[in-house]
Amino acid sequence: MSILVTSESRVLVQGFTGGQGTFHSKQCMEYGTQIVGGVTPGRGGTEHLGQPVFNTVTEACIQTQANVSITFVPAPFAADSIIEAAEAGIQLIICIAEGIPTLDMARAKAAVRAHGSRLIGPNCPGIITPAVDDGRGCKIGIMPGFIHHGGNIGVVSRSGTLTYEAVSQLTARSLGQSTCVGIGGDPIVGSSFTDILQLFQEDNDTHAVVMVGEIGGSAEEEAAQYIAAEMTKPVAAFIAGRTAPPGKRMGHAGAIVSGGKGTATAKVKALEKAGVAVADSPARIGKTLQSLLPS
Amino acid sequence: MFTLKIHEYQAKGLLQQYGVLVPKGVIAESQSEALKKAGELGDGSCVVKAQIHAGGRGKGGGVKVCRTRDEMQSAVDEILGMNLVTVQTGPEGQLVKKVLIEQASKIECELYLGLVIDRQKEIPVMMASAEGGMAIEEVAATNPEAIFFENIDPNVGLQPFQARRLATRLNLPNDTIGAFSKFATSLTDAFLTEDCSLAEINPLVLTDQNQLIALDAKINFDDNALYRHPATRELRDLDEENAMEVRASEHELSYISMDGNIGCMVNGAGLAMATMDIIKIHGGEPANFLDVGGGATAQRVAEALRIILSDRNVHAILINIFGGIVRCDLIAEGITEAVQDSDIPVPLIVRLEGNMVEQGKKILADSKLNLITADSLDDAARKAVNVVTKEATK
Repeated sequence: MSILVTSESRVLVQGFTGGQGTFHSKQCMEYGTQIVGGVTPGRGGTEHLGQPVFNTVTEACIQTQANVSITFVPAPFAADSIIEAAEAGIQLIICIAEGIPTLDMARAKAAVRAHGSRLIGPNCPGIITPAVDDGRGCKIGIMPGFIHHGGNIGVVSRSGTLTYEAVSQLTARSLGQSTCVGIGGDPIVGSSFTDILQLFQEDNDTHAVVMVGEIGGSAEEEAAQYIAAEMTKPVAAFIAGRTAPPGKRMGHAGAIVSGGKGTATAKVKALEKAGVAVADSPARIGKTLQSLLPS
Repeated sequence: MFTLKIHEYQAKGLLQQYGVLVPKGVIAESQSEALKKAGELGDGSCVVKAQIHAGGRGKGGGVKVCRTRDEMQSAVDEILGMNLVTVQTGPEGQLVKKVLIEQASKIECELYLGLVIDRQKEIPVMMASAEGGMAIEEVAATNPEAIFFENIDPNVGLQPFQARRLATRLNLPNDTIGAFSKFATSLTDAFLTEDCSLAEINPLVLTDQNQLIALDAKINFDDNALYRHPATRELRDLDEENAMEVRASEHELSYISMDGNIGCMVNGAGLAMATMDIIKIHGGEPANFLDVGGGATAQRVAEALRIILSDRNVHAILINIFGGIVRCDLIAEGITEAVQDSDIPVPLIVRLEGNMVEQGKKILADSKLNLITADSLDDAARKAVNVVTKEATK
């Protein structure tokens, strides 16, 4: 098994016919993802990549029974696309866009909550459940499929390429992944570390978890509280940004130490206190996780 | 990427449009302009305030209260053109190019009123305190129960009862509750409409005329929303920003300069931070953060190299690219092309990983360029640190 997505997920692509939407939809389909249609306002009734295109998510849901959506809609319109999906009854919404205004996200998050949907992202690579044995995998995102390998390690991260780095370290050690989730680098994100850790804790096929955090906010500290109280599976972590200067945004909108809050040191301390094995170097994420497994 | 901050006088001008009361004031860039405009303020006392972005201006000598026109003139003389050093500017200080001259207010009491995005609650939150004039972080640390909070629904704004509740908690006299509500509502409207990330009035003063006035104002904006606020973009003051960071942002590169000597070029913000961290672990010091983004084309690599090299402290550059969807062979071509075209006076350490990595490494090896290739993160960091250590002992 896995969390959030499987090869049975019926995926709708918002912003289907655009450059990004087209490129990544193809990659996802090649990986085995069931893309059942897409939405591009003004293109309703046409076909794209062999799938039907709709003007609205509501219409697409009725016609395709999609239960997951991924939105490639550009940042200025992305929050609207999230709210549209939530209102149409999509259970899991994945938003890739970087640069969504924070107040737009505050509004979108409230709508997602009100409709009982789950949002992953924005500013994230998406979710992937790699194939196990000869089965089909499911990739809903922009991550490179080939670095992943099916298995029993859950991965949750605020970053993109640093997650790939962590995943390839796992794969190099023959530690396959159950599901890898990029929760995103923005100050307001749909799902927190704690939300995803909870799913990994409940998933029988996830035996251990890698968590990749970074400076800014308090999501890692909250996760540490959850891990200490509820989690029985081993967790390894890495926190990026020990050398980051305070008051500066390190690329990600959410990666900033302000007023002495959100430092890597405080996060590492909180996680270690919760029994998490924190890798001191980004080169040792795979090794640290392996040390937690029975040999 | 930058965080848009604006000057006090700009913040006050903006807030005035939303109905916030501010002291009557004029802005001047020269002594003659100050003299000409000061007439508008009448004969009473005034305050001359240096206009720089950094806080702590008063303690640094950038704010002067003047009783007479002569005092005002000498204050303007002193402050304009001074290199103002405050706790926030760092030791290099900031050149003062403008002063704000305002009518002095007769103050009954000083309050604090601010709005921020609360990352935990995922909404804007209004904070108010009767401990005006002090830094709110200080109040939060020493006397947290003196700060009162109201959650703001971004679709609704501040509700009237919330404003009244704050006024009551601040122990304001009954006959100022209405004025406070209006002030707090106007501030919230401005925050939500203008996509602010921070709006802080410290102090907010109650005058002897029973008026509530913003004696100081600090506003930051959400970079991601600037596309819908063209007027706000005009308020940017490039003199207040790091020149290299500005140049990088023009090329959509995310760059932050640091004090070390190993320049970094990485794709992805998380991996860029991690690369800085691993340099430090191996005993080196990173010279910068630089996220070159997903498409590391020759042009982007070349521009990134120019930006990194404009820092004279850089003695080596570590390029760390994880090719996900992007192919390492194309990135390798981009790097070799950029390096061939530019004269790189320092050693380059290149670590490629991911999609088509063997082909990428072959391109680097065949290029006959003076590149040091690395097989892993550890290897790259070690080689970079070794190179600068060797240089230093030469």
